[in-house]
Amino acid sequence: MYNIVVGGGKVGYYLTKQLLEEGHEVLLIERNPEKASSVADTFGAVVLTGDGAEAVTLAAAGAARADVVIAVTGEDEDNLVVCQTARQKFHVGKTIARVNNPKNEQLFRMLGVDVTVSQTNHILHLIEQSIPDRPFLHLLSLRHADLAMVEARITDESVVAHKAIGEIDLPVDCVIAAISRGNHVTVPSPATELLPGDDVIAVTRVDQEDELRRLLCTDC
Amino acid sequence: MRVVVMGCGRVGARVASNLAHNGHDVAVVDTDPRAFRRLPPEFPGDTIIGTGIDEDVLRSAGIDSATVFIAVTNGDNRNIMAAQVARMIFEVPEVICRIYDPVREDTYRRLGLTTVCPTTTVSAMILDHVIGATPRRGLED
Repeated sequence: MYNIVVGGGKVGYYLTKQLLEEGHEVLLIERNPEKASSVADTFGAVVLTGDGAEAVTLAAAGAARADVVIAVTGEDEDNLVVCQTARQKFHVGKTIARVNNPKNEQLFRMLGVDVTVSQTNHILHLIEQSIPDRPFLHLLSLRHADLAMVEARITDESVVAHKAIGEIDLPVDCVIAAISRGNHVTVPSPATELLPGDDVIAVTRVDQEDELRRLLCTDC
Repeated sequence: MRVVVMGCGRVGARVASNLAHNGHDVAVVDTDPRAFRRLPPEFPGDTIIGTGIDEDVLRSAGIDSATVFIAVTNGDNRNIMAAQVARMIFEVPEVICRIYDPVREDTYRRLGLTTVCPTTTVSAMILDHVIGATPRRGLED
């Protein structure tokens, strides 16, 4: 698989390294000649110096035969134009953009970028997950399906504590996928009873998330 | 008519003050507050500090009610992104975007943006002066 990575900062560097280690063909495009040559010193002839938002550079990189173009510069506007140029002029099948301002994720997808990665959001989620005693956590969004995965902690006071899953009136399109109890994670059946201390992992439609939160985290 | 101008460089300041002078309701957006010194002291419009690729900044510039959005910062990509935000998110009827790179200009004109490319325009004018004395056929080939 031929990948073009645009932007030779930290993200671009480690991404190139990883893709090369996995045996993929990679070309990294970096605008700054010094940065480009220092990356070339490490990885060899897989670096092209130039502006990845310029069609001439992408043409020189062989974008027409690229399977994926990944734009990971620190500027959202550059990442957007790289992906749009790759798609419009070179008909690249898949474009991936790093999004620095989380608000731009939706916009980028509206404008034809296939995949957006917001590291700001990822870091926020990771921090959120490591804060202890948070009763309800958003773990991840399954973007294309409009689904979210959440985790909820059952306490002594929870309305649903000591109830079998089959007895709980869950919102529509919402399922309890796993229960983490002590050191074990189990896939529950309708007969499984929720106990205080359980971490419940549920898959839900995004617009039902608040309702599920109320159900699982309301105290009696 | 509400007009939002992004970028208060020589072109942005001139366009903004001209439109304001002609009675239009103008807001100018620039990341650098010093750029607003290019506007005449009697400029009646709004000046907003911030980047025009941020929806919230555009909103505070009154883009919701704008008829025209003009993107004239120094960065092609910034202009392109802001123009698409204005068109797709805020549905501004007339969006004008300056793009220096002729190839990029061509791509985004095809995608439906109203574009202005100083590189081709100025080159053509210079060539016109240089070759103007000779038969014009030479230029059109």
